[in-house]
Amino acid sequence: MNATATIALEDRLRIDELYARYAACLDDGRFAEWPDFFTDECTYRIVPRENYDRGLPLATLSFESKGMLRDRVYAITETLFHEPYYQRHLVSGILAEPDDGGFRVRANYLVIRTKAGSLSEVYSAGRYLDHIVDDAGTLRFREKLCIFDSELIPNSLIYPL
Amino acid sequence: MDTLSRPIELDWEAGACAHVPYRLYTDPAIFARELERLFYRDHWCYVGLAAEIPNHGDFKRSAIGERAVVAVRARDGSINVVENRCAHRGVQFCQKAYGSTKTFVCPYHQWSYDLGGNLIGVPFRKGVRQGDRVNGGMPDDFALAEHGLTKLKVEVWNGVIFASFDHDVEPLRAFVGPEVGRYFERVFDGRELTILGYSRQRIPGNWKLMMENIKDPYHPGLLHTWFVTFGLWRADQESQMIVDGRGRHAAMVSRKNDGGRSDAVTAGVTSFKENMVLNDDRVLDVVVEPWWNGPTVTMLTLFPSLIVQQQVNSLSTRHIVPRGTGSFDFVWTHFGFANDDATMTRRRLRQANLFGPAGYVSADDGEVIEFSQRGYAQHGDLATVCELDGRGRGGADHNVTETLIRAMYGYYREVMEL
Repeated sequence: MNATATIALEDRLRIDELYARYAACLDDGRFAEWPDFFTDECTYRIVPRENYDRGLPLATLSFESKGMLRDRVYAITETLFHEPYYQRHLVSGILAEPDDGGFRVRANYLVIRTKAGSLSEVYSAGRYLDHIVDDAGTLRFREKLCIFDSELIPNSLIYPL
Repeated sequence: MDTLSRPIELDWEAGACAHVPYRLYTDPAIFARELERLFYRDHWCYVGLAAEIPNHGDFKRSAIGERAVVAVRARDGSINVVENRCAHRGVQFCQKAYGSTKTFVCPYHQWSYDLGGNLIGVPFRKGVRQGDRVNGGMPDDFALAEHGLTKLKVEVWNGVIFASFDHDVEPLRAFVGPEVGRYFERVFDGRELTILGYSRQRIPGNWKLMMENIKDPYHPGLLHTWFVTFGLWRADQESQMIVDGRGRHAAMVSRKNDGGRSDAVTAGVTSFKENMVLNDDRVLDVVVEPWWNGPTVTMLTLFPSLIVQQQVNSLSTRHIVPRGTGSFDFVWTHFGFANDDATMTRRRLRQANLFGPAGYVSADDGEVIEFSQRGYAQHGDLATVCELDGRGRGGADHNVTETLIRAMYGYYREVMEL
């Protein structure tokens, strides 16, 4: 990212808070609220770093509208049979710069997974590359790209990152 | 007597394949014999797609059983597969997943090999001159030709690379057989492929459970809401279960219907969601392709290491790499065809949301395999029940059957001598 572009301190605090609220939503398991972090026109993709680095278009999940996000929430809660787990998101190193009426943001994330009766484990390590816009006074994601380093997904990926 | 041929005591009724002992999934001695007899001898295993290494010198790392191998494109365009293990001190010399090179050089002592795996350079082979004497060096009878990399037998079938450590293995097409080979060539008819990308997951279950999963047409319409609700795979469909002459490979072939309620197959099925409507149904924007010639889905198991998926417009190879008795890596390579237009490529990528470790119909396959493995670990003397549609091992013209799993274990018992 361009290190010379700066943003107002107030904007930086708003961005920090967006990531904190986003993490809290997922870590609390409030999945029904997850699509509201996005604008109506949006993209959300989870991509292995291998594919990203090599320019291969396949994503682990690739959603192109808020409707697709809602369909994922329905699958999580109603159709995908899985062993439930807790997520804990640690988001750090948020770098933001102004862009196109919003902000381009890069941030590191680490997700710890805990299943009932099991030890906590590192589940996914990666980075977000996001485009955030001010949507009538609320910051929302127009694009969210989760690029994970973890070469192997530990069995399955059910909840959003 | 070596460890691998030591007798394995197993309480398994002679000739019966409708019950599979839990110990097949948990016993290290059985697993060691599987590697030797099913992965390293007499069988062809999947290595990759030729489109992944299009140019001279391109290589990719892969695996057969628990052995790391490297596939590389030679100068004449042919493909070699060598074991990723230096002949000198056993170092896995190739650490990059993909790349391009002129030679393979082991980092430890700089032994170098050409792209065919022949040893071409050994530092200080003739010793090092110091004053009027020569220090060290290899013995006079040291021959480069005797210290190459382990070279595998290779066949590339319409763009799909298979290899075997066993140079006496039967020809690949004979190994697959005409019954299943016909469906292999339906997808891989020689058209140029385009690689769309990879998904990799580690599933905490025995590797055979994934072979079973794709030889099991019973579960998709019960476990997977999307299949039963939208009619992509369910018990009331026109289907063919095809098995090769030995019982090891199979094709599950079916044609989708419109889904919805049908008492015979949805009554009491909790995964069926009658009122489910997608907010954005572009994920299921299915377009019939001329080469399908009828079936909308063909799922092939090429024993022991490969699954080939065509489910509507989504195509992938799925590579099984065992990691001990209780775990395997599952590597998905999604692909399309070079003559796909942008719309078709986007469609294939959208439908990929159904598959892989997060997919609407695949994520829970990994989950149930993990739960099966946990159940097997609880008992050493029980067996699974595999009796849907009787106890026979032939093909079937419907999908209410577990015959393909029984067929696989019929073959397995013969080769494993269990």
